[in-house]
Amino acid sequence: MNDSPSLRNRLNPVVRDIPRSGIRDFFDIVSTMRDVISLGIGEPDFDTPWPVREATIFAVERGATHYSSNLGYLELRQALAQYVARHFGATYNPEHEILITVGVSEALDLALRALVQPGDEVLYHEPCYVSYRATILFAGGTPLAVPTHAANGFRLTRAMLEARCTPRTKILMLNFPNNPTGAIMSRADLEDIAAFVRERDLLVITDEIYAEMTYDTPHTSIVSLPGLRERTLFLHGFSKAWAMTGYRLGYACGPAELIEAMMKIHQYTMLCASSLSQKAALEALRRTETDVSEMVGEYRRRRNFIINAFTGMGLECHRPLGAFYAFPSVAKFKLTAQEFALKLLADEKVAVVPGTAFGNCGEGFVRCAYATSLANIEEAMKRLQRFIGKL
Amino acid sequence: MLPMANLACFIRARSGLRSASTHPPPRQYAAPGHGALVIKVIMDELLKLLRRDARATHESLGRQLNQSADAIAQQIAAYEKAGVIRGYQAVLNEDELDLDMVTAVIEVKITPQREGGFNRIAGRISRFPEVRSAYLMSGAYDLLLFVEGRNLREIGTFVSEKLSPLEGVLSTSTHFMLKTYKRLGVLMQVEHSDERLSVTP
Ligand SMILES: Cc1ncc(COP(=O)(O)O)c(C=O)c1O
Repeated sequence: MNDSPSLRNRLNPVVRDIPRSGIRDFFDIVSTMRDVISLGIGEPDFDTPWPVREATIFAVERGATHYSSNLGYLELRQALAQYVARHFGATYNPEHEILITVGVSEALDLALRALVQPGDEVLYHEPCYVSYRATILFAGGTPLAVPTHAANGFRLTRAMLEARCTPRTKILMLNFPNNPTGAIMSRADLEDIAAFVRERDLLVITDEIYAEMTYDTPHTSIVSLPGLRERTLFLHGFSKAWAMTGYRLGYACGPAELIEAMMKIHQYTMLCASSLSQKAALEALRRTETDVSEMVGEYRRRRNFIINAFTGMGLECHRPLGAFYAFPSVAKFKLTAQEFALKLLADEKVAVVPGTAFGNCGEGFVRCAYATSLANIEEAMKRLQRFIGKL
Repeated sequence: MLPMANLACFIRARSGLRSASTHPPPRQYAAPGHGALVIKVIMDELLKLLRRDARATHESLGRQLNQSADAIAQQIAAYEKAGVIRGYQAVLNEDELDLDMVTAVIEVKITPQREGGFNRIAGRISRFPEVRSAYLMSGAYDLLLFVEGRNLREIGTFVSEKLSPLEGVLSTSTHFMLKTYKRLGVLMQVEHSDERLSVTP
């Protein structure tokens, strides 16, 4: 791009000074190469379940191609209220406590814009999803990263929060199961966090987009703990467990005042989420239980495979308990995560994402997504073993 | 040896359990000796994997199911011995091969026999090598056969000279298969393409 200095100076400095996502830079390199096996893809390799695609076609035929209400189709909000009550232990009124959004991404943005005033601090744990920091900054907030560590499975503890929290801290953002570490939080872990949140009177935004994908123990949502529902915004969507990334559909559940505020921004900037996607999501809730559990079973076996392969080649990796990422340590090779990933790509044509793309404390780690076929994973593990044998 | 009837019941019970909830019960991969139940849960998953790809190596299956390759080999051998696994075949896209071959689907009405019901006559029919598959059906007819021959005439001869004259066969109705879209869970026409970008958040 031709950098025109005058235009550059006229850009909003907040936007101008935020670096592009490290993922994006890495993609630019990988996309120039052929025959790469990519463990860098953070979205399901499975096709969207056929009943959902079929329902989309039917929705087109029937002409569900107009605006829906701002909050989203009531029928879908009702189905979501049931789903959330059944699986996450919190009840929401579909009339005014649920908002359908363009992915969890939009919901995150709306929530932060609705809540953050200049100077407000937002706590979030790192390594984390690439958007959090930028979204907080766009909303005018001050991001406060809390590093988590492999030694305790990348879980968040009360002590870690205490060390960072100040009187200006307003919001705590959570994401478990976690991208990129695969960490989850047990009920006991969450109870400690919940107690802290109540004491400090914080608000919580919990991104539970990987909730269906836990492999050894069932998922617990912080929103089900005493006193949390009133101060929590629960976010979820169809991208991961239903393999519907391109549908761009998510939702937010929370206290009516907050949903109303988010709805206003959504109303003026987005109008509504895609009506076709909403119809598809309704079908996803009604008729894909088996498809989802089959996919989760497959991810579980791939998780086992990849962890057993890492152990076999002496690569240290905490056991991921959810999502579809493994986050092994490559620190012992005396290369930065970025150097390791670039060299692996050049020498063996395997793409992994440097942990630093997810925050500074991701240094020394790489993210390997197992949302790709077992055949690809097997081949990637052979190449990785050969690669580290030569380091 | 595995009691087959029990195993079948067990597998049915398991799959019922699984579809009842999005969260499958926490699966424990106990070492051998931790009770038969746990081992059967693993075997059940092993069969599912083999049904999809019978050529997966024991090492790979072991890594996926948190078992040693030897343990997998033993379980497969036990299933073979028990007759649960009855063979391994390639899934061909025969339409691509331009073969001299036609497949007929034949509906057969039969009278049950005094001793043995439908089984005896179904067993006799199944033994003809032309019959690739045979099922007992509910509804307007009793047996459904998939029969292969080189051409229509050969199938005609099979029906008129071997099948119809059998005692107990009341009538037959023959349909010819024109094209295969999906077989044994495998789509024949669709090429898989990955539309995803090579690195995403
Ligand atoms: C933790 C997390 N949150 C949100 C998203 C974005 O989800 P959506 O497709 O619903 O916008 C992702 C996608 O990778 C993610 O990993």
